[in-house]
Amino acid sequence: MRRATTWWKTGIGLVLTTLMLFPVYWMVNVSFTRDEDMRKTPPDLFPIDGTLEGYRAVVDQQLPHLGTSLLVGFGTVALTLLVAAPAGYSLAKLRPAGGGLVSFVLLVAQMIPGIIMAMGFYAIYLNLGVLNTLPGLIVADATIAVPFGVLIFQAFMSGIPEEITQAATVDGAGPLRTFWSVILPVSRNAGITVALFAFLWAWSDFVFASTLNGGGGLRPITLGIYAYIGNNNQQWNAIMATAVVASIPAAVLLVVAQRYIAAGVTTGAVKD
Amino acid sequence: MSSSTQTASRDLAAREPARPRARPSRRPAGGGTGRWAAWAFLLPLLAYLIAFYAYPLYRNLDLSLRDYTVRSFVQGDAPFIGLANYREVVDNPTFLPALTHTVVFTAASLVLQFGIGMALAVFFHQHFRLSATLRALFLVPWLLPLIVSASTWSWMLNSEAGVVNTFLGVLGVDPVNWLTSPDWSLASVIIANVWIGIPFNLVLLYSGLQGIPPQIYEAAALDGTTGWQRFWRLTFPLLRPVSAITLLLGLVYTLKVFDIIWIMTKGGPADSSTTLATWSYQLGFGSLLPQFGPGAAVGNLLIVAALAFGLVYIRVQRRQGGTA
Repeated sequence: MRRATTWWKTGIGLVLTTLMLFPVYWMVNVSFTRDEDMRKTPPDLFPIDGTLEGYRAVVDQQLPHLGTSLLVGFGTVALTLLVAAPAGYSLAKLRPAGGGLVSFVLLVAQMIPGIIMAMGFYAIYLNLGVLNTLPGLIVADATIAVPFGVLIFQAFMSGIPEEITQAATVDGAGPLRTFWSVILPVSRNAGITVALFAFLWAWSDFVFASTLNGGGGLRPITLGIYAYIGNNNQQWNAIMATAVVASIPAAVLLVVAQRYIAAGVTTGAVKD
Repeated sequence: MSSSTQTASRDLAAREPARPRARPSRRPAGGGTGRWAAWAFLLPLLAYLIAFYAYPLYRNLDLSLRDYTVRSFVQGDAPFIGLANYREVVDNPTFLPALTHTVVFTAASLVLQFGIGMALAVFFHQHFRLSATLRALFLVPWLLPLIVSASTWSWMLNSEAGVVNTFLGVLGVDPVNWLTSPDWSLASVIIANVWIGIPFNLVLLYSGLQGIPPQIYEAAALDGTTGWQRFWRLTFPLLRPVSAITLLLGLVYTLKVFDIIWIMTKGGPADSSTTLATWSYQLGFGSLLPQFGPGAAVGNLLIVAALAFGLVYIRVQRRQGGTA
């Protein structure tokens, strides 16, 4: 009897998951649909007469945007780790007076809407002449991840037993050496979580890209999709094919690093 | 790779009360040098916060207090006009609809995301075959770039060729002009936003459920309560702290939502899905004649709202941290 009820629940679970993921399936389905079938009613539920036209468009037109997005993603990860890891160490282990205030500012910083930051950045970048540059976009994208990164590092590093850092001090290691050879190696998981999210957010960013890099040749993939949508003859298989390609990092993350994701969502939000 | 950060932070939470809490007086050995080192490690962050948070926000405030034209924007000699931009924005006929849509969008998204997320969390908390895998798959919408989700929903909600109208047709419902009718555009963007927000609610509430000791349920089962009673009398009250956090975080995030609405409807048709966030962007970047001053003013109103709820969130979180 117990087994029967379990199977029943698995069945419901499958139905719910199918419903939830239907839009994702539909994106893939449309990406293979021929232009002439696009406005057919009812639409084909499977790409029977599938085409690779959409993906050909991606290869022909979107590769530079994908490259830009990769560079921006890696740059954002590097900048975020560089700023967040030492700060997390300081707040967790060295505990400067006023550290509580810094943590508070970081929580508040996460709540500031992106468009408002974008408008301020736009005004500054225009005067500095760094609109439509990669470093400009990287710096802006990192604002999404830096507060989160510091909080993750801080939470993780607070969990490292004091004995370990004290042992290092007894051995004559200064704070820098303790950080580099003791704290950082132990905090690898926190680093991975921060890096994954920083990359994903930079890769997905639309607000900063459209305000700060909208005009030049260095546009990330999100703007590649946006430009497609803006076209008068919307080529939906090309749009959806680009969307599928733009979703690859998310898919990789989910397969490779699912527990880091769950950790990232809950850390900082729930202190159970 | 043996422990994830989640378990680490949980270990930490469990250990916290036993460990003497760090007070300013009990700083690590080293005294003066230790203090300098602490600030040295914080320096990159502080420099970053000042240059790339405080300064853009200051520029934004400055924008909202001056009369900018495209020319004076470049030259930086716009005259100071005090709160005139704010007055202009509030008197604008778009203001009231934008405010109403922001409230409706946020409230509807929150209620639906939270309700569905809670139901799913309770469902997945009963251990059955594949439950962990399926729960992981539910994360997908949250991980996708917003432009991907928004453009997929745009096509699914297309009036003529959209698959949603096809399904409705099968059920005998007339096609709906989801994105092109002023009556439905706000509902459309809410649907897409709820879809994106469900995973977040599910994960947080699920982790909250895991924190409830199973013995409580065993005792209730002995008393012969039904599943429904168990939820309302036990689960829901016990989840109240996590629920509060989830809702407040959701509130702050939903107020910020811009991408989905802009990509799906651009706030239209006829401002029928304009929120404060999209209006701010519309004013600043959406037309050939940018109105940076009023755009920044709308943005600052949005910041005030987000921060007000944000502070409530921090308060609630602090209080829970203190009692836990």
